[in-house]
Amino acid sequence: MNEKYEAVIGLEVHAQLLTESKAFCSCSTKFGNVPNSNVCPVCLGHPGVLPVLNKKVVEFITLMGLATNCTINERSVFARKNYFYPDLPKGYQISQYELPVCEHGFVTVTSKDRDKKKVGITRIHMEEDAGKSIHDQAFETLVDVNRCGVPLIEIVSEPDIRSAEEAVQYLTKLRQIVQYLEICDGNMEEGSLRCDANISVRKKGQKEFGTKTEIKNMNSFRNLEKAINFEIERQIEIIEDGGKIIQQTLLWNPDKNEAVPMRSKEEAHDYRYFPEPDLLPVIITESWKKEIAAKLPELPEVRRERFVRDFNLPVYDAEILTLNKGIADYYEDIVKVTKDFKSASNWVMGDVLKIINEEKIDIKDFPIKAENLGELINLINEGTISGKIAKDIFPIMLKEQKSPLEIVKEKNLVQISSSSEIENVIVKILEDHSSEVNTYFEGKEKVFGFFVGQVMKATNGKANPKIVNDILKAKLEKLRN
Amino acid sequence: MLPYSDQKEKLNKIKSGKLSLKENIESFLQRIEENKKLNAFNFVLDNEAKADAERIEQKIKAGKAGRLAGMVIAVKDVLSIKDKPTTCSSDILRSFTSVYTATAVQKLIDEDAIIIGKTNCDEFAMGSSNENSAFGPVLNPIDNERVPGGSSGGSAAAVAAKLCDAALGSDTGGSIRQPASFCGVYGLKPTYGRISRYGLTAFASSFDTVGAFANNVYDLSILTEVMSGKDEKDSTSSDNKIPEITNNLTADDRKFRIGIAKEYFGKGLSSEIREENKKLIKKLADSGFEIIDITLPHSEYTIAAYYILTTAEASSNLARYDGVKYGHRTKEKAPLTEMYKASRSEGFGSEVKRRIMLGTYVLSHGYYDAYYIKAQKVRRLIKNDFDEAFNKVDIILTPTTPTTAFKLGEKSSDPLEMYLNDIFTTSANLAGIPGISIPIGKDSNGLPIGTQLLAKQFDELSLLQLSYFIEQKIFT
Ligand SMILES: [Zn+2]
Repeated sequence: MNEKYEAVIGLEVHAQLLTESKAFCSCSTKFGNVPNSNVCPVCLGHPGVLPVLNKKVVEFITLMGLATNCTINERSVFARKNYFYPDLPKGYQISQYELPVCEHGFVTVTSKDRDKKKVGITRIHMEEDAGKSIHDQAFETLVDVNRCGVPLIEIVSEPDIRSAEEAVQYLTKLRQIVQYLEICDGNMEEGSLRCDANISVRKKGQKEFGTKTEIKNMNSFRNLEKAINFEIERQIEIIEDGGKIIQQTLLWNPDKNEAVPMRSKEEAHDYRYFPEPDLLPVIITESWKKEIAAKLPELPEVRRERFVRDFNLPVYDAEILTLNKGIADYYEDIVKVTKDFKSASNWVMGDVLKIINEEKIDIKDFPIKAENLGELINLINEGTISGKIAKDIFPIMLKEQKSPLEIVKEKNLVQISSSSEIENVIVKILEDHSSEVNTYFEGKEKVFGFFVGQVMKATNGKANPKIVNDILKAKLEKLRN
Repeated sequence: MLPYSDQKEKLNKIKSGKLSLKENIESFLQRIEENKKLNAFNFVLDNEAKADAERIEQKIKAGKAGRLAGMVIAVKDVLSIKDKPTTCSSDILRSFTSVYTATAVQKLIDEDAIIIGKTNCDEFAMGSSNENSAFGPVLNPIDNERVPGGSSGGSAAAVAAKLCDAALGSDTGGSIRQPASFCGVYGLKPTYGRISRYGLTAFASSFDTVGAFANNVYDLSILTEVMSGKDEKDSTSSDNKIPEITNNLTADDRKFRIGIAKEYFGKGLSSEIREENKKLIKKLADSGFEIIDITLPHSEYTIAAYYILTTAEASSNLARYDGVKYGHRTKEKAPLTEMYKASRSEGFGSEVKRRIMLGTYVLSHGYYDAYYIKAQKVRRLIKNDFDEAFNKVDIILTPTTPTTAFKLGEKSSDPLEMYLNDIFTTSANLAGIPGISIPIGKDSNGLPIGTQLLAKQFDELSLLQLSYFIEQKIFT
């Protein structure tokens, strides 16, 4: 970024809530069902139907508000956001406008240099999702109403964010929180977490905000970062060239890596908000709030500190392990089985996360049970197998879902720690390779590795490496003399 | 004309074998046929009604029937009945069939009432004359050149012409009370939230109520009693205790304090209506009721506030009729916005379009505060007027309408004059209080004159008790 400028960024984040049923009817929220099967007269907008609020939605948004240091308004009001679209059966979306549930919160984000920074949250409100329009060549446009009425919360930040990197950190933080609260799965690719950004730039030291633009359609962290950087550069360039920023909405095109303005007709919406007369104001009494607060789980920061304290882990490890609630749970399940906390951390941060990231799967779908991984670590520490063998067993565990001990027995991989057994192998190898022994005595000590390799080969890698080293050294010394 | 005076007598006569429910249905169907020119019904459910009659007659004989057993009821065509059309008298829903039954209707069915058909009305319940219907106007049974009132004109006409025992209507600004007055029957608009709105096609959600028409106070009472109560499907319905009305229909021991507001007897009120109402007030005073002058100072703003708020809500409520999912879609294969425009332009009548445009305007950016917010404040003031008045009186008595039934076409060219017909009835919807219209006499043309009684929220009992007293003791 041009050093003279700074960016001012605010994010609007939509999180799809993990309730069983929709926000205002009893239809299922299940993803991936046959199109237009999760529907009823209410979410289809038939004449005469009325919305009935799902209390879980209020509970979930209150949890989110409490976890992000918001004021929970005792009284909040639903409003209608009016616009015509085929996947919006009622012709309006039930949302909140003037009186949202949560206001005046913040989250703390940590940058790569471990600086902490507060990002303010202006408000969090409830609303219902629209359906999906599928543009199909043969049928022109098809509408799937299954998603209609699925509850969302919209989290609006203050314009406190100053870079694309910070935006990513902020969104990561929000995702971490919703996942910890188990109110949203946080999946950006599938659209359960969506993000729009308001961006402006100004000269450093300038107090007033510049004219802002809004960017939509960034369905990954990578795209969020790219889109914001693109827009910051674009705005600076315009200002540097003496131009003016036009307030407009842009759509991010991830294939072309550019943001394109929406047609002005598309954005010229007057939503004609007014209070939803079919729903009573939402009243969150002090006692209900307390009841909900009692359900607040341990939040990421607290858990990270506990990991450092209880498991004696480096902050870096604790941070990575607690980033995702599922991973942290997985780790804690491992250390129920093994007391080698650091090895457990290494396995999760290395082998486990590598596969999760490569295969793009959720930790819930990771094939190796935590207790089995714990057992594997124990087998190494007890000397039953070598670390090297463990690395060979790991892929088998991925495929076969057997306990490591079963695999060890089945494939006869128990480490050979019997000195006499190893000694016999070594004696034979030294006999067979007398020329290499001579080379070793001539001072080429690295031939030592060759002998180790031969021993391992002869024992299918099962020989205890430490014992191999000890005996090999002793034998060679004996021969030298 | 009917061989019984009310539902109580009808049920007894069927039980004792003096009345055949089957024949009763046949005669209603015959009368509907003979009075086809009234155009009161959009659909007659003749086969269903006959089958119901047979089944329910057995139940009555077996002593297992509900409270409304055999009562023949017509339902305004804005209320849903499963697998039956709900057109709202609009071309946009001409082909629409409901997939569920409105709570209020279901409660009648559960008590063994017989639904005989769906009645004509102003399109989407918008109108005061029943002339805004895609199925054509309804004629007033007393004078066929005149309107029956609206929007529940078909229901009022059907009850007045004895095409059924009773009928359901909806009242957003007078749509039950005004046609009841024009047709000379009883019509009650309950407290907002007293009867579930689930299944009532929304016009203005914070004003809409479901209520009934009948030829006597007892029938109106039992219907109100049965339909009342909290409904989990309607968040705005109230769990306020349902009073026992039918068991308490004796007004002798309750000397209500009756309020007369000068704002409801000012200019624009026909002298004959004024006179008939004054006569009634005199008789009530003579019967020992205390008559108290009161004031409702914000009355002059009711029509303005009413039309801003109801059209605002209507513009949003009617957005769902867009040609995408159900109802009328234009034949023109056009881009999306053109499809919307054409479908809605073809499907809606002119009064509905006028209100959608007005409502869209008052909610628009830059106008919202000046219109919608201000009207909400006025609504609050009007409600306060009533709260204060009900500190002093139990019931407020007013004329129901400024004129008796007018001629077809007489006011259709002047919407504002048409709107002023609701000048005495809209305030109850703004305040959410119950109101009833009862027939009290006729003008020189033989046209019915009505009195409106208003009570505080959830006090339907007082309204019906005083109505019963007037019916039984004053007009005997
Ligand atoms: Zn549904």
